[in-house]
Amino acid sequence: MRNVLVIFKKELKSYFASPIAYLLLAIFAVIFGFFFYSATRFFVLQGMQMQMMGRGMPMDVNEYVIRPLLTNASVIGLFLIPMITMRLYAEEKRSGTIELLMTSPVRDLEIVLGKWLSALVLYASILGISGINLAILFAFGRPDWKPILVGYLGLILQGGCLLAIGIFISTMTKNQIIAGGATFAVCLMLWVLDWVSAYDQSAWAKVVSYLSVVTHFEPFSKGVIDTKDVIFYLSMIFFGLFLTTRSVESLRWRA
Amino acid sequence: MIKVEGLTKRYARTVAVDDISFEVQKGQIVGFLGPNGAGKTTTMRVLTCFLPPTAGTANVAGFDVLEQSLEVKKRIGYLPETPPLYPDMEVGEYLTFVGRLKGLASADVPKRVNEVCDRCAISDVKAKIIGKLSKGYRQRVGLAQAILHNPDVLVLDEPTSGLDPKQIIETRELIRSLAGDHTIILSTHILSEVEHSCERVIIINQGRLVAQDTVTNLTNRLRGSESVAVEIAAPTGDLNPAEVRQRLEQVTGVSRVVLKDTKDKHCSFEVESMQGRSIRAEVARAVVTAGWDLNELRPVGFSLEDIFLQLTASEKAGTKVEEKKEEEKQAEAKV
Repeated sequence: MRNVLVIFKKELKSYFASPIAYLLLAIFAVIFGFFFYSATRFFVLQGMQMQMMGRGMPMDVNEYVIRPLLTNASVIGLFLIPMITMRLYAEEKRSGTIELLMTSPVRDLEIVLGKWLSALVLYASILGISGINLAILFAFGRPDWKPILVGYLGLILQGGCLLAIGIFISTMTKNQIIAGGATFAVCLMLWVLDWVSAYDQSAWAKVVSYLSVVTHFEPFSKGVIDTKDVIFYLSMIFFGLFLTTRSVESLRWRA
Repeated sequence: MIKVEGLTKRYARTVAVDDISFEVQKGQIVGFLGPNGAGKTTTMRVLTCFLPPTAGTANVAGFDVLEQSLEVKKRIGYLPETPPLYPDMEVGEYLTFVGRLKGLASADVPKRVNEVCDRCAISDVKAKIIGKLSKGYRQRVGLAQAILHNPDVLVLDEPTSGLDPKQIIETRELIRSLAGDHTIILSTHILSEVEHSCERVIIINQGRLVAQDTVTNLTNRLRGSESVAVEIAAPTGDLNPAEVRQRLEQVTGVSRVVLKDTKDKHCSFEVESMQGRSIRAEVARAVVTAGWDLNELRPVGFSLEDIFLQLTASEKAGTKVEEKKEEEKQAEAKV
């Protein structure tokens, strides 16, 4: 555990010592800010139209603003995650620092966990920026905070599982671009897999769409914690980290 | 302290290390010598638990590198060929990280970091970003990293490569000062390096062990005869080289005299003794009694260079030296 913390601190520091963290924070702030602006403008416009038509139907901020925003945040995450994970192992392999890590009295799993946790914390702090936008909603309205928390839990779980896959891919190459590109492709695939459910209802299509990380995020965005989805994310995280550890181990045998 | 038995490491198609066995006693400095591509780095990587051996065993401080790798790693400090540095970290920050990684208690880390910084003469760059350091400083930070947790065994892969002459001397002195407390294995393809800093030499070539002995023993073993360079001048008049040569050949114990150079009043010879004879005194006496001036009398050193070439050449009896050189060039190109 101590070793995990040592690696974790070092990785987190190096994210923030280089421009990577700030770049990602900025990208997210701009894109999410735009989504937020669009969503609230649309909400306000709709509210005005409703009043003009004389139907004072109550409109739910959670339903019309926050839920689509959270889904959008998960999509932005898909694009940012490869940039977070691509360097984690590829860079160590290229610069030779992997020799330091692998000849230190630390288990491979501890290194993997430390790196994954640091990536997760960076991802969480990127998501944290959206809190500023949501705070504005709280200042002018009364959204329900519980579904928001659940939504963020879903985002973190989804991010954690994609980050685990990203680290795994990073262990397989010395080249950061390749690691990033491949991770992006896999993330995108895991996102669009659920589209098959739109035109196919066979058992095969159900399995494929079950694999999509987005399918499992939907309940979270509605504020529902479904154990099925939690287990899906946790097992994906476990599987990804397991593969990473095996891959790091095999570096020794293949080197 | 280190015991290697029948160590073999095979990569997909090539055999990098082939059935090597050796032992290193506590506190010794051992030079690991061989041309590029001989298998030095591979052997070191096995010792540091970076690579598992294909066959054979390696034991460091009583622990097996495969079965008890965590225990081995605690007791070993390793400086790979390229120092494992994070270019975006500060030196002090980096060493603190390594100290924690190697398992030092957090309270001891700052003290140890200061100690090794002093020892490796990098205190003045402690607050600098590693990426901005010169090659010499980087190498020293790498060395500091290796000795940080005060390991029993130090494995240094070409510790002086890429340094300027002054830095090479400083690094050698540093390494020598570390002996005693630490058992050190250092690899190099520069022979004078071993002559300067090591007590024992292990020579490997093409993955096989060629020789292991102390430096003096190796030199003695291969030195059959003594060679002396002599420069003679006539105090007056001209010097007849043929005459001098004849006179030198008459000295007891001399087997061969080769005329090297004649400059108007000087003659240089290389005089070789018979097996096991010392001839310097006799030669000097002969020259002086003949009435000539003895300008120079100098034993021609039998360097490790010669030993190495002899050993690696006899390893592959029948092949010509040119082929050998060709191969070495290729091996270098590969690396």
